[in-house]
Amino acid sequence: MSRLDIKNGVIEMAHGSGGRASATLIEELFIRHLDNDLLRRGNDASAFEVKAGRMVISTDAHVVSPLFFPGGDIGSLSVHGTINDVATSGAVPLYLSASFILEEGFPLADLDRIVTSMAKASRDAGVPVITGDTKVVERGKGDGVFISTTGIGLLPEGIHISAERAEPGDAIILSGFIGDHGVAILSSREGLEFGTSMVSDSTALHTLVAAMVEAVPDIHCLRDPTRGGLATTLNEMARQSAVGIHIKEEKIPIRIEVKAACELLGLDPLYIANEGKMVCICPEASAETLLTVMQQHPQGLNAAIIGAVTEDDRHLVVMQTAFGGQRVVDWLAGEQLPRIC
Amino acid sequence: MKYVDEFRDRETAQALAALIKTEVRPVRTYRLMEFCGGHTHAIFRFGIIDLMPDNLQFVHGPGCPVCVLPAGRIEAAIKLAEENDVILCSYADLMRVPTGKRDSLHKAKARGADIRMIYSPTDALNIARNNPDKQVVFFAIGFETTTPPTAAVLKTASAMQLTNFSVYCNHVQTPPAMAHILSAGDAKIDGILGPSHVSTIIGSHAYADCCKQYQMPLVIAGFEPLDVIQSTLMLVRQINEGRSDVENQYTRLVTASGNTKAQALMDEVFELRPLFEWRGLGQLPDSALRIKLEYGDFDAEKRFDMQEIRSADIKGCICPAVLSGISNPDACVLFGTACTPEEPKGACMVSSEGACAAYYAYGRHR
Repeated sequence: MSRLDIKNGVIEMAHGSGGRASATLIEELFIRHLDNDLLRRGNDASAFEVKAGRMVISTDAHVVSPLFFPGGDIGSLSVHGTINDVATSGAVPLYLSASFILEEGFPLADLDRIVTSMAKASRDAGVPVITGDTKVVERGKGDGVFISTTGIGLLPEGIHISAERAEPGDAIILSGFIGDHGVAILSSREGLEFGTSMVSDSTALHTLVAAMVEAVPDIHCLRDPTRGGLATTLNEMARQSAVGIHIKEEKIPIRIEVKAACELLGLDPLYIANEGKMVCICPEASAETLLTVMQQHPQGLNAAIIGAVTEDDRHLVVMQTAFGGQRVVDWLAGEQLPRIC
Repeated sequence: MKYVDEFRDRETAQALAALIKTEVRPVRTYRLMEFCGGHTHAIFRFGIIDLMPDNLQFVHGPGCPVCVLPAGRIEAAIKLAEENDVILCSYADLMRVPTGKRDSLHKAKARGADIRMIYSPTDALNIARNNPDKQVVFFAIGFETTTPPTAAVLKTASAMQLTNFSVYCNHVQTPPAMAHILSAGDAKIDGILGPSHVSTIIGSHAYADCCKQYQMPLVIAGFEPLDVIQSTLMLVRQINEGRSDVENQYTRLVTASGNTKAQALMDEVFELRPLFEWRGLGQLPDSALRIKLEYGDFDAEKRFDMQEIRSADIKGCICPAVLSGISNPDACVLFGTACTPEEPKGACMVSSEGACAAYYAYGRHR
């Protein structure tokens, strides 16, 4: 079998044909990096033992521009994103699947870098990729590489976390600084390069969540505020639970670099994406306990109680501004765009 | 954050707000027009309105560059992009503004037109340099703030003798719009929070004639919340004392004569159009700019023989009254029902500086 020229080679249509070239790509690139017993068997489906109980499944498609950004790349993102989605149910993530849509002409060196990073993220999290698929599309019909990952996990007994469970009086806890990922991406996007030290917060949060559900099994809601940021996540929770939400601007942890970048571009950090944060709604009586547990975990050092759930027929998210007034924090309409003047 | 937090300090805000509450006379109302959308959004985003006495109202002005652009100019740009195989470069804010036919640049892009969002006119110039076989048109809009950068790229394009770059010029001027609103008198305002960034270019003197003629107090106000509150106090004092001066609160950036280099640059490249249509305000004489004959080769209207398109606004939309300070957005029957940020009927609901968007996004809890 011919060797893959990872240094100078590019993805060709043949790599997706299912023939010898596909086998070489899978063997020398995907399996080499993501190696584990189940994946190495090379079956179309991987079998594994499960305990009795409830399982969860979550899937996520990853498209990001640029593919490499400060603090991560599409590979690590596709692992963290799905692990975090599984974790929002309170489950312990067990396995991942990954499918790649590759564009003809995509440098193998870049793909190698992406899969290496994916493998590291998966190893660090202890959640192996046990099945996968690769397709190649003609040049111009993809954006380099798209990665879809699916994760399955096991739910501990007695955990019933769901976005419709928020009740008036509940406390809202945020696990740390918001906006880091979105600003890191923006700072490296073509046409908008600006000097910043921001790196993405992309990380797997399942061990943080495990500590949280152990301390307070009656957590009502958990969600990771990715696309659309904190504002969108809070609006989703308010609508699903048919409640209002009241937050305090001064309690929301935002780094000064993120504030500055948002000021410069006319963006609102509440709508900027995160890839390593959790929003948690829990009974008010458990809030301080939970906060302490979160602050003792490396991924929750800057956790803060940012507000409370209220009764509101209109399901609005209202913010007490640091300035002393009040305003609605609305759903995002379209994309968030820099303003003109 | 340095240079930002100082202008958002809660205690200072409350102290200034307390002064305003003490100094307003209970027997009268104070209707203050904030000219710029930037002010409207500061008022709502920071909740300034909650700190004001009941008899002080903010009335919103036409200072939203996207909002005042008539739908016909957008239709003309869409036609240009679809029929001439050009790359049309536009500021992002303009992409979703609806035309009378419920079309938009965004929809035209989805249909296949090559329309690109840019952050600065220089981006458009670079696209032209990188695509020598394509005609690239910059859809230039905005008040005096965004005009000098357009002038600068026109000069650069001319010096580089670029043959595939042109500008669809829609730049408008602030003082004529202000004069129009004051002469019409329908807005019934007692004072004006004057433009912030625009004034850095044109200077505080630019409003002197207008304010004198209509005996209107004006305070040039920065966009930060403390700027707005302090300027409001200055206006209340002017009104109470019966003065109608042009005062400058935004002294850290605005001078009496403005940025004379930028003004010279604009004069070199642009001249006044005899007449230009504004959404909401109608046809205003000497209120907009066109590209001078010396730079005529870079004028997209000439290069592509673009024709004026008359476009009716959506029925029921009161954007014209909102932009003239006559009505507030919540007086519109479409507001929040038929017209939302997701399905905007009027431009004021789209732009990040539009008054309807500010009411909808930040003010619905009232």
